[in-house]
Amino acid sequence: MIKAILIFNNHGKPRLIRFYQYFAEDMQQQIIRETFHLVSKRDDNVCNFLEGGSLIGGSDYKLIYRHYATLYFVFCVDSSESELGILDLIQVSTIYIFMTVFVETLDKCFENVCELDLIFHMDKVHYILQEVVMGGMVLETNMNEIVAQVELQNRMEKSEGGLSAAPARAVSAVKNMNLPEIPRNINIGDINIKVPNLSPF
Amino acid sequence: MALKMVKGSIDRIFDKNLQDLVRGVRSHREDEAKYISSCIDEIKQELKQDNIAVKANAVCKLTYLQMLGYDISWAAFNIVEVMSSSKFTYKRIGYLAASQCFHDGTDVIMLTTNQIRKDLSSPNQYDTGVALTGLSCFVTPDLARDLANDIMTLMSHTKPYIRKKAVLIMYKVFLKYPESLRPAFPRLKEKLDDPDPGVQSAAVNVICELARRNPRNYLSLAPLFFKLMTSSTNNWVLIKIIKLFGALTPLEPRLGKKLIEPLTNLIHSTSAMSLLYECVNTVIAVLISLSSGMPNHSASIQLCVQKLRILIEDSDQNLKYLGLLAMSKILKTHPKSVQSHKDLVLQCLDDKDESIRLRALDLLYGMVSKKNLMEIVKKLMVHVDKAEGTTYRDELLTKIIDICSQSNYQYITNFEWYISILVELTRLEGTRHGHLIASQMLDVAVRVKAIRGFAVVQMATLLDNTTLLAGSGQHKSICEVLYAAAWICGEFSEHLEDPVHTLEAMLRPKVATLPGHIQAIYIQNAAKLFAAVLNGQQGTPDCQTMQESSQLLIDRLPLFVQSADLEVQERASCILQLVKFIQKLQHKEVEVGEEVTALFAGELNPVAPKAQKKVPVPDGLDLDAWINEPPSESESEDEKPVAVFAEEELRHARPHHTEVDEKELARRREARKQEQANNPFYIKASPTSQKGYQDSTGVEHIPVVQIDLSVPLKVPGMSTSDKYLKLEEERRQRERKERGKKEKKKKKKREKRSGMGRRHDSGPESEEDIAPAHMVDIVTEEMPENALSSDDDEKDPNDPYRALDVDLDKPLADSEKLPVRAHRPTNILKSPADDGEVQEVPKEPKKKSKKEKRDKEEERKKSKEEKQRRKHHHEARKGPEGGPPTGEPIQSSYNAELEPALPTAAPVEASDPDFWLSSTLLSSKSQETTEATPGPIPEKAADVGPGSEPENTKSSKHKKKKQKKDKEKEEKKRKKQHGHSGDREGEESVQNGTLEEEPLPPMSNYSLLAENSYVKMVCDIQGNLQNGSQVVVSIIFENKSTSFLKSMEFNVLDSLNSKLQRPEGSGPHDGLTVPFQLPPGVSNEARFIFSVQSIVMPQRLKGTLTFIVKADDSSTHEKLDFKLHFTCSSYLITTPCYSDTFAKLLESADLKGTSVRLQEVSLPFHHLLAKICFHHHFSVVERIDSCASLYSRSIQGHHVCLLVKYAHQTVTIDAKCDESSLLGNVLEEIKKTFSQS
Repeated sequence: MIKAILIFNNHGKPRLIRFYQYFAEDMQQQIIRETFHLVSKRDDNVCNFLEGGSLIGGSDYKLIYRHYATLYFVFCVDSSESELGILDLIQVSTIYIFMTVFVETLDKCFENVCELDLIFHMDKVHYILQEVVMGGMVLETNMNEIVAQVELQNRMEKSEGGLSAAPARAVSAVKNMNLPEIPRNINIGDINIKVPNLSPF
Repeated sequence: MALKMVKGSIDRIFDKNLQDLVRGVRSHREDEAKYISSCIDEIKQELKQDNIAVKANAVCKLTYLQMLGYDISWAAFNIVEVMSSSKFTYKRIGYLAASQCFHDGTDVIMLTTNQIRKDLSSPNQYDTGVALTGLSCFVTPDLARDLANDIMTLMSHTKPYIRKKAVLIMYKVFLKYPESLRPAFPRLKEKLDDPDPGVQSAAVNVICELARRNPRNYLSLAPLFFKLMTSSTNNWVLIKIIKLFGALTPLEPRLGKKLIEPLTNLIHSTSAMSLLYECVNTVIAVLISLSSGMPNHSASIQLCVQKLRILIEDSDQNLKYLGLLAMSKILKTHPKSVQSHKDLVLQCLDDKDESIRLRALDLLYGMVSKKNLMEIVKKLMVHVDKAEGTTYRDELLTKIIDICSQSNYQYITNFEWYISILVELTRLEGTRHGHLIASQMLDVAVRVKAIRGFAVVQMATLLDNTTLLAGSGQHKSICEVLYAAAWICGEFSEHLEDPVHTLEAMLRPKVATLPGHIQAIYIQNAAKLFAAVLNGQQGTPDCQTMQESSQLLIDRLPLFVQSADLEVQERASCILQLVKFIQKLQHKEVEVGEEVTALFAGELNPVAPKAQKKVPVPDGLDLDAWINEPPSESESEDEKPVAVFAEEELRHARPHHTEVDEKELARRREARKQEQANNPFYIKASPTSQKGYQDSTGVEHIPVVQIDLSVPLKVPGMSTSDKYLKLEEERRQRERKERGKKEKKKKKKREKRSGMGRRHDSGPESEEDIAPAHMVDIVTEEMPENALSSDDDEKDPNDPYRALDVDLDKPLADSEKLPVRAHRPTNILKSPADDGEVQEVPKEPKKKSKKEKRDKEEERKKSKEEKQRRKHHHEARKGPEGGPPTGEPIQSSYNAELEPALPTAAPVEASDPDFWLSSTLLSSKSQETTEATPGPIPEKAADVGPGSEPENTKSSKHKKKKQKKDKEKEEKKRKKQHGHSGDREGEESVQNGTLEEEPLPPMSNYSLLAENSYVKMVCDIQGNLQNGSQVVVSIIFENKSTSFLKSMEFNVLDSLNSKLQRPEGSGPHDGLTVPFQLPPGVSNEARFIFSVQSIVMPQRLKGTLTFIVKADDSSTHEKLDFKLHFTCSSYLITTPCYSDTFAKLLESADLKGTSVRLQEVSLPFHHLLAKICFHHHFSVVERIDSCASLYSRSIQGHHVCLLVKYAHQTVTIDAKCDESSLLGNVLEEIKKTFSQS
């Protein structure tokens, strides 16, 4: 089971958090901080599994993460009880593949996803995630299927007029004008990093 | 209204949307909190508006703020409002917010039940999908209970998108509402065969997750999964299944054997690393389960290890990591095959990645042997020195200790070396594991007698070394070592070279900076040392040393008397008084050495850590009972004065201690010695009363105690472990030479060794050649007498998965039905006529119906359930809007007995795990399969009398009990609603009638087929529902002889109409091998499938069983002829039918009728019905007094309807069927049944 999915940037700012187990808000923030602390001090060329850490479920969980340009994608996965230890790492490897699916799906839905997409469309990212993971279990791994479902739902939203109708958009466009420059160039070029050897999925 | 709308949209222009909020937060970096609080105020305003779009926007922003750590639970009600919007856009926002912040404690959750139910049944699949997704995050026990049935219905939704979500969420429902597992499981199982891969994978996912926690309950699914594994191409599903098998194999070794081959094939063929990895993992699990006494699978192990090596050598760090992880699993059972890769592991220790180093460390644990322990530890010590970062260093430290101390110090040949290692480890700065080192030192010193001398010397050096003291301020942990050092020096002071010096070291003023508990130990052991000094000096003319040391104590102890730590203070003042007293005696030149030593006399034995727990509670002792009357609440007020009084008395009592008479003292000492003997680390206390111990003798003639060091080398100063490595090598070489020369001497030595050490017989043979440097006696730990041998680890009672540990094969009881809202129109009666809808039936467990036809009692129960259901419907109808009647959950639409057969397309054999497993293992397993025969029977051969097998008896017993309970309930209800029962069918009357009737006699459908002096065959013939032209014959072979029966071959002479199904490639006259052998007295069941073309006529087939009787000295070939009788009844299958469908059937013109009359039947009517139902596979549709209608269906779909009337010992059966010859034959058979009895 996946206990939590966290996405934060290189500075530890959360971009998406999804807990599949209840934690109070302050605890959630503490988990994010600790996880960031653990993950950020690791080199890029070391393995993507992390043991230890004390917050979610004590030592009974593993962190599996990937670092894409400015973003860390972290999954907290429980390792099963010791007598069933056989199973935990299988979990690990499957999640690993699955993460790639998630990131690639994001990429498809946002057309070259970058951090800004995640910043401004947190809700959309959640909706995509919901098609991939449900209640801590992997729902779908077929990327085309995920993208199709997400698009169908977006189309439905559009047909309903969306959340903010045209006038609101116009206003926000105006507001947008006198903002300090938004860094548009943080595009993650290498988001399509192929996972070596864990290919056919 | 219109104006309001306009106003609303104008307002919205000025609302921020999510993007604006994000932008705002980003542009207010300095005063983010302030900005957000102003935003929250705005949001609060927005939430107050009526416009749902505004609210949804506000909730959307709240979701963002929640991510930043703001509590949004105050808006829970607004979230519910947004959830209930009819627009998908808003609904989605609402559910997202709910899934982020709702939890079990959110009270508005209970308001959502109806809304969620509405969304679940929404015609828009995405409404349903969103509701399911949201629910998966915040499902509570209440929601799970109320919605379980709705979700279960969704599992058969037409859209795979909904199906897969519904299947997946069931796991959450199970966790929150474990009662739903059993009713839902059959449906879940069906989903394994879903045409949509997504649904299939979800079902696999859920079952894997369930099986992970309670694998035993899912063993019966193994054949199904095996089929999936060999047929599926979806890697994801494959991985899950393979993973599941990994959990199952430890429970069923036969499964493992079956798996090895396909798995190895997969390993060879797959290109996906993940799959390869999972396969290797499961193969490892299989090998572990097979590791005992099975044919050698070294090829598979080699393959695994070889593949893993490739992974570890890969440049990808992740693969390296996983490879090491898997390697450590092989290590547990096949250490040798891993040990050959030691180079690789050691190499990984140098990896830059900490995760990998840690994994490699884990592996090292299992790689050590007596030969290489020193070498490996040396390498680790180098790493300890190099390691940067305390966490990794601490990890190394614990690993070193783990490695050395594993399995009772099995691999340590030289304990001097180990002590030196421990001493070296104390030099680590900032380690957290001082306590661990200390406990190792204590453990070794207490348990390895021969090492004590060496240990004491080392510990004395440690005590003398001030660096540890100096560090005590910052690195608290490492000074724990001093605790051990002080204790060892004190306790084994006879080994000390210079006790006075050590005594001095222990009383340095700096000691006062140590933590209290260590100071206390220091003082206590200073006293011990003092005793040793006194004792040592006794007999020598010069008593200056003694006086000096007493003076030393008197000088230094006052510092500790002032200590803030109570323990230290108390001990110091006690000992100070004692020493003062002794000094007085010394001045009088009285010998006190012996007496003072007697204070600390007694040998310490190590006690097993669990010893205390294992002491059995004596009979008659109730630990929970109050010893005194429990204090009443009013007493609390009285307590104060009592306490004061007690305190006063204590104060008075103290001086009296000195006057306690000597006998009493001796007795106490004795008791204390006894107590100490059981406690290895007991710190010997010296009560103040010892002061009064005056039995002193002269101080002269103090004998000099010889310090007996068994250590060959005395190492002055701090030891270094490295030289032991060299020494050890030299020693081994020497020994090897010696061994070559003097065989005899070695033998002697060995004998001696085995006399002393109890543990050296462990370890592989090659290592036994390495003799330990010391004749080490590792004292085994003490256990209390008659200790309980149970070694079970207590399970956590709060484990949520425990509740899911239920037997899934047991039939479902009434009380287990999922609660269903009564007004839901799901209760359309299903009957065999509308087969197509069977899939839609919410929750009828197949297992149940299968078992139900097993015997008549079940039948009764069934109708009872039916009755209950109807009752509920009546009640529901009465009630306003169908609110559930209070108290009891309403029974669901009892869609009644689904067809008994499995809906799977799997052949009969495949659906039965034991048969499936045994079919591959023809040899040597018969015993086991016999035990397992109850397995196959519930699957197909449903009608076995309770007497014939244990499981059945048990279950029927269980049922009887339940029935009794139900009876009472039932009776009450009956009275209540008798008036309403008439409008539907008179079934209640059946029920009422049955209740009073006596139990039914046991019945068995197995009839004797043939018998001779060797073997007895009984058989049962059943139609196969999945295949209209198949009949399954289950034959139980019983070995009646005292010899072994083997090579049994079953053959039947086919007729035109009926043929035995033989495996492909065999000729039409070949026999079938019975897939087991029979030891004497054992019986086992085998199944054979026959294909029949026409089922309207009974058939007789001639057959032969040939077998070899194997006696001790000879074996003979024997045969047994039999005639297999396919009656028409055996083509019938118990199928439930509802009265309205039944009436329709009878009205239709295509049924032809006939009737038969049975004279002089003396059975009670319900027995008669039971017999017909049981032997001829009918089910009662309804019964009124002594008149009943019965229904059954043939495997080819013929309807058979009976109307049975009973009057004056005469039974009239009017029957209708669409095939008259079939009907005629069935009636003949019924007639025969009754004429026989």
